Amino acid sequence: MTLRMLKAVVLKIGFWALVGVLMLYAIFPFYYAVVTSLKPSSELFEVSYWIDDLDFSNYVAVPSQPAFLAAIRNSVIVAVSVVIIALLLGLTAAWALGRVRFRGRTTVMMLVLGVSMFPQVAVLSGLFEVIRTLDLYNSPGGLILSYTIFTLPFTVWILTTFMRQLPDELEEAAIVDGASPWVTLTKVFMPLLWPAMATTGLLAFIAAWNEFLFALTFTLTDTQRTVPVAIALISGGSQYELPWGPIMAASVIVTVPLVVLVVIFQRRIVSGLTAGAVKG
Amino acid sequence: MASVTLERVNKRFGSTRVIEDVSLDISDGEFVVFVGPSGCGKSTLLRLIAGLESITHGDLMIDGTRVNHLTPPERGIGMVFQSYALYPHMSVYDNIAFGLKLAKSDRQTVDERVRQTAKILQLDGLLDRLPKALSGGQRQRVAIGRAMAREPRILLFDEPLSNLDAALRVQTRNEIAHLHARLGATMIYVTHDQVEAMTLADRIVVLNEGHVEQTGSPRELYEQPMSRFVAGFIGSPKMNFLTALARAEGDAGCRISIPGIGEHVLPRRLLASERETRLTLGVRPEHLTPTAAAGDAGFNILNVEYLGSEAYLYLETPEGEALVCRTEAPAPFVRGDHVTLDFAPHRAHLFDHDGRALPPVHDAGTEPATAPTTFS
Ligand SMILES: Nc1ncnc2c1ncn2[C@@H]1O[C@H](COP(=O)(O)OP(=O)(O)O)[C@@H](O)[C@H]1O
Ligand SMILES: [Mg+2]
Repeated sequence: MTLRMLKAVVLKIGFWALVGVLMLYAIFPFYYAVVTSLKPSSELFEVSYWIDDLDFSNYVAVPSQPAFLAAIRNSVIVAVSVVIIALLLGLTAAWALGRVRFRGRTTVMMLVLGVSMFPQVAVLSGLFEVIRTLDLYNSPGGLILSYTIFTLPFTVWILTTFMRQLPDELEEAAIVDGASPWVTLTKVFMPLLWPAMATTGLLAFIAAWNEFLFALTFTLTDTQRTVPVAIALISGGSQYELPWGPIMAASVIVTVPLVVLVVIFQRRIVSGLTAGAVKG
Repeated sequence: MASVTLERVNKRFGSTRVIEDVSLDISDGEFVVFVGPSGCGKSTLLRLIAGLESITHGDLMIDGTRVNHLTPPERGIGMVFQSYALYPHMSVYDNIAFGLKLAKSDRQTVDERVRQTAKILQLDGLLDRLPKALSGGQRQRVAIGRAMAREPRILLFDEPLSNLDAALRVQTRNEIAHLHARLGATMIYVTHDQVEAMTLADRIVVLNEGHVEQTGSPRELYEQPMSRFVAGFIGSPKMNFLTALARAEGDAGCRISIPGIGEHVLPRRLLASERETRLTLGVRPEHLTPTAAAGDAGFNILNVEYLGSEAYLYLETPEGEALVCRTEAPAPFVRGDHVTLDFAPHRAHLFDHDGRALPPVHDAGTEPATAPTTFS
């Protein structure tokens, strides 16, 4: 009897210890970023895991730079445009791939998946030529174009998977009611695909918001930069100083919108991620 | 309200022929039921009429106009789907109103029609609910309401009762019959359940592997099946089939002999030569009369099913074939008893080895008027 109780207690302790390790592993880097951002630069290199007194000077310094504000504006424009374009194209493509029977449908799906397997570096120079030709260099348009290329495959793939799960008879009911394909898509399918759209939209937003390589390559001037590049290019007082405090403060500031979005869409995302598991 | 005519309609999916040369005339206001085993093409035929599938070959006419290339709303059809297919995110009101709004009816007309439809189907109090907050029977009625609201000329039903439990099925069946009487619309109804077909139809179309096996009123199909397939499909429990040896016997019909039952003269015309032919005898359970047999003669009773108003005896022939026989309840037999069987010759059917029924020697109208007293 006592042995069994002991075993239960040990198991419970073990379980929570494991949870603790995982939490530490997942959260510590962010915690350390926040802690660093709240320290004056003079204390930066004293390693400590606790803050004794809050110092908001970094948070005051970062947003007062005009380049940083421009970067945030650019990031918002780029990320929102990518989400809208990707969802619109993804939804219509998913309708065709998930609902219309045509020859070569599987091939198209495989191609879509194949495209998304190339690493960014592989297409960098080619894409650069395209962007130069289209006269989109050093403008948000170039970034929107290149992010959409990388976001569309998974948007199409996920939305197609969800679209296929909607019963055929639902579409036929709409046809009998006199709905055109566009009306069926927007009035019948879209409301039912909301969870999937929220999930894919959010993933596309995060990807566009955090992207660095393209943003660095395809923009030149401070006014056209997006946040990740702007942060990386924050420079200190001299060549020998890396301004960790402002960098961390800027990082925390730009992570807040993502956290807010995730919290808003949390329930949608969970139902979106699990909706595929059980056929409904 | 409209008549529907199919002329040699064919449907192929790739190389598989699903519907073969179906010709049908459905008159205005008729209730026609397509019945057949699963996979015989009932739904496909209905969807061809609806315009959800394209006709590979042949003509479909509604009110005399060829409609092969018209869309479902242009054909003026309404359809009730097997899964109901209600729009899950719309209230009952919006489900019913969806088609009306798309038809660009003005708001007042939409509102009037929805409320009128809801009233007919007793959905008045449920208009604001979402489909997920409705019971199976209520969803069913919303699906019917949605199909009815635009006042289509033809209402199509694809197995609408198969998702309901037994009691609700009987009730809804009655409501649909009542609705047909009230609306007077042409209705085409698909089911694999022959009881539904028998109880609802003005006319039944029996389908088998994509072709029409027989059409006729429920009574015609029950009493004069033209093939072994129809005979076996219509009626519950199924008709009994026994192998019999037959010889033509002039004007009287043909003489058959069956092991365990003996010889009978059946008023069926055997066109074959004088030689003895192997045929299939078909007798319905209620047309077999059991009599207690002495010792081990006759048929062994495997089981007795007591149903209150009647009882079914499940028998086994010496060759191991199964037979069912209906008697009054309580049956004076128990499991393990042996019985001999008798049947009224003019109620029995004969089928050749292609499954076609042999025609009666008289015309249908001159069947003997008095039934033998051996019937129970
Ligand atoms: N879209 C399709 N593509 C290929 N074959 C189909 C299609 N729809 C139905 N079939 C085939 O047609 C036959 C008849 O189907 P269906 O009309 O649904 O039968 P029922 O409704 O009588 O059960 C089945 O063998 C089915 O596999
Ligand atoms: Mg079917």
